[in-house]
This record gives sequence, structure tokens and C-alpha cells, in this order.
Amino acid sequence: MTLSTAVEISYLFSSVLFVIGLKRLQSPATARRGNQLAAVAMFIAICATLLGNQIAEWNTILIGIAVGGIIGYWAAKTVQMTEMPELVGIFNGFGGAASALVAGAELLRLQSLNVTSPLGEGLSIVLSCLIGTVTFSGSFVAFGKLKGIVSGNPITFPLQKTLNAGLFIGLLVLGGAIMGLFQLGNLTTLNTFYIFTIAALSLGILLVIPIGGADMPVVISLLNSYSGLAASAAGFVISSNVLIISGALVGASGLILTLIMCKAMNRSLTNVAFGAFGGESIIGTQGDDSEKIARPVDAEGAAMILAYAQSVVVVPGYGLAVAQAQHELRKVVDNLEEKGVDVKYAIHPVAGRMPGHMNVLLAEADVSYDKLFDLDEINDDFDRTDVVLVVGANDVVNPEAHNPQSVIAGMPILDVDKAKSVIVMKRSLSTGFAGIDNPLFYMDHTLMLFGDAKETMNDLVREVREA
Amino acid sequence: MSEMLVGIYVFVLASLAGREVITKVPPTLHTPLMSGANAISGISIVGALVVSAQVDSGLAQWLGGLAIALAMVNVVGGFMVTDRMLEMFKKH
Repeated sequence: MTLSTAVEISYLFSSVLFVIGLKRLQSPATARRGNQLAAVAMFIAICATLLGNQIAEWNTILIGIAVGGIIGYWAAKTVQMTEMPELVGIFNGFGGAASALVAGAELLRLQSLNVTSPLGEGLSIVLSCLIGTVTFSGSFVAFGKLKGIVSGNPITFPLQKTLNAGLFIGLLVLGGAIMGLFQLGNLTTLNTFYIFTIAALSLGILLVIPIGGADMPVVISLLNSYSGLAASAAGFVISSNVLIISGALVGASGLILTLIMCKAMNRSLTNVAFGAFGGESIIGTQGDDSEKIARPVDAEGAAMILAYAQSVVVVPGYGLAVAQAQHELRKVVDNLEEKGVDVKYAIHPVAGRMPGHMNVLLAEADVSYDKLFDLDEINDDFDRTDVVLVVGANDVVNPEAHNPQSVIAGMPILDVDKAKSVIVMKRSLSTGFAGIDNPLFYMDHTLMLFGDAKETMNDLVREVREA
Repeated sequence: MSEMLVGIYVFVLASLAGREVITKVPPTLHTPLMSGANAISGISIVGALVVSAQVDSGLAQWLGGLAIALAMVNVVGGFMVTDRMLEMFKKH
């Protein structure tokens, strides 16, 4: 068996391990093992590459591995769980950039050898550079929006779509030119390539700036998909199946999550991409408040209702995470469980700032994962539930979604109004992202527990213990 | 069959396999799935190493080195942060 055959077999082995690793993510019980398996697969692929290639110069390679490894280690150790969307956003960008750089380095190498190249290779280089670069600059804008460095409001200007379309056509023309020049072995390819890269960088920025901060979960999922496609394209550049396979897996994963998030937000992908909707500031169409009366309750009263219930469902929203009150919530639930109350958590897909974010935040607060239920699993249980405790959530429990005339008509919601009683913990009666009033707050069986989530939750811990 | 066509075969089949495996990942694990996917997209490190191995000077070497570093951030950071999250998922 030759060395190159051994390397190829190692790559095949890695590809299989990636699939098995992802398969194990199908259950929280096996997920950690799955991730470790994928890490082993990556280690094998890297070792096989280092051993299987004649290395012209080791220093750059070793420095690159060391620098990247240290930054990655530091980022993974220090990131807060609330900052996971930012971290995933920036990693999407790095993945895209790495793939684009592979294409760039390969182009330079072929150019220096002064060889012509078949059309297929030129196409791979152009695609890898395009997808990777758009992912890179788009991810950094998304990161800026999440961090608040770039305004979360949609940034729009006249003829924006025309400019984007023009830029895209320009990129196709330039890409075609690069492929043609490249096939002729023409050295002017390089300048065209630099212009192409700058145009692709601009396109990434222009595509993400008109998208509102509230839609970033969709954008991050989509860029996650792109980072995979960029890796696949880089795989075509160097004719490596392990890159093509791994990239395709990531591409599929990101696309599935994108579609799930779109469905949960009741939006189509084109609407998210071009709608310039979902800013942070909302002009509310506040209805007529005069006839509607919200019933307030204090922590003591709420504790009584919760402690004497048989079944309680907690609906956490992003307000809970903002107030960092997950740990206090868990203490309330612990105390309730000691009193024999059956407690479950109902998690809406957009409860956090990225897919599955709320689940991670609750896991961090040591909530057992078998108590976390998603929308489809729990929606039929609400009519058999004594008390629902809504903490910092609004649109995802708004029964207006069932009203065909409403702007949120058709949005999948948690039907908490079907429970015997509902306690809503919130700062005020203000509206959510959708900017519409929530009739749930004024229903006969709803009680409003006003106040800061963390303080109120602390009061609840005490009151439930004493109840 | 050309090399490119074989690559397209592999890409399409891997995408289908990915779809089958990933649609069954529960919503609870979607964040670790994304960070794990970040780590796997760091596979570009293999491409970066292959290209870097063949050059020993100039801009290509710099680009290759940068690609290695960025991909390595994803690999190490992605797998580690995913492990950190999954460690917290407990049943009790």
C-alpha cells in the first residue's frame, strides 16, 4: 500500500467518524461522545495530511497550528454561554475565510508555476473564494450586530437591491474572466482576482446590513451553512473528498437550522433576506388600553398559586437570559418539586438568540434536560396544566397568532392560555419584537407579576419555600 | 468520469446523509450542533496544509499560514466549546 493510499483511507475513516459523531448528537445522552468522536476524526485527518505530504517548509505550518490552537482554546474557555451566538458567528467567518485563503494560495501557487489549469479547477477556485469571502465579511457584520457594534436596525439605502444585484453580476463576470485567463495561463489573472475578492467582501457586508438584529438567528444559521459550502468548494480546489464530505455535512446542518428558525419566526427565507424587517426598535401599534385590565399579583400570591398546583409549566424567554436569572428560576423549581409539584419547561425555538440557545442556558443552570420540552412535544399538555409561569417571553405566547388578521398570524406559539391559570413575569406590559399587544396579559385567568426578573425570582424562591 | 463529476457525486450523497442525520437532532442540542458544525467546517485545515506543504515562500505561504491558523481556531475552539456545553447537559 502506498503512502497516498494510506492517507486516502485515513480520510475515508475520518469522514465516516464525522457522520457517526453527528448521528450521536441525536440524543443528549450520547452527544458528548459524538462530539469527541468528531474531534478524533479531525485529529486523524490532520495527522494523515502532515504525514502524507512532502512538507517544503515546516515553520509556517507549525506557527499557524500553534497560534490558531491557542486562540481557539482561549475562546472556548472564556466565552459566556449568553455569548454563544457571537462565538458561532465569528467561527462561521473564520471557516469561510480559511476556505477562501486556500483557494487564493492555490491560485498563487499555480500562477508561480506558470501552468495553465483546466476549467474545472478555475471554477472551484472562483467558487471557494466567492462563498468563503461572502461568509467571512457577512459573519463579521452579523457579529457586530449581535455585539451592538453595528446598529441592530436594518441599514437600508436607495437602490440597495439594484447595487447588490449589480455586484453579483459583476462577480459572475469577473469569475468567468478569471477562469478564462487562468486557462490561458495569463498572469493578469492576479489583479482580476484581487478585484474579485474585494467585490465579494463588499457583497457579504451589503447582504447582511439590511437584516435586523432580531433576525440574526436565521442569518447565523445560514452563514453556518455557507461556511460548510465554502469548505466543500475548497475540497474541489484541492480534489479532497474529506473536505467535500465534511463541508456538505455542515452545509446541510446549517440549512436545516435556517429553515427551522424561519418556520418558528413565521417568515420565509426571502423575507428575512430582503425584507429589512426585525429591527430592535419597534413602533408599536398599541391597541386601546382603556377597557383592558391586567391583574397584578405579588411574589407571595404567585408563590401560593405555584406551590399548591399539581403541574406547572415554565416558559422561559430571552428576558430571563438578559436578567441572568436562570439559576434563580432553577431554585424556584427545585423548591416546587420538593413540595411535590410536577414541573416542566416549554422551550420555543426562538426563545434564545440562536437555535437551542435557551436549552444551553438552562443546562448551565443545572436543569435536567429531560424536563425541557419543545413546542410540538408540550403544546397538547397545556389544557391539563394547572399553572404556566411565563418568564420574560412575549410574542411566543401571544394567542393573536391564531387570529388570521394579526401580523403574527400563523406563527407557531406555545398555547399557554389553555392552562387553568397563567402567571406572566415581566417588567411591564410593553410589546415584544413583533410590536403588537398581547391579549394573554388581559385574560381572566392571567396574573401579571411585574418587576425585574432576577429580583422577582429571588422573592419567589423565598416565598415558595415558605408557602 | 472526470474528477469534478466524482466530487459532485460525493457532495450530493454527503448532503443527503447529512440531512438524514441532522433532521433527527433534537432542538435541545441545536446550539451544540452549530458549534460542532463550526469545528467540522475547520476541515479546511486539511486544504490549508496541503497547499502550504507545496510552497516555501512568498504571498502563497502567508495566505496558507493564515488559513491554517483560522481553520485551527475553528477546530480547537469549536470542539472544545461544544464539549463544554454538552458536559452541562445532565439528567437527574
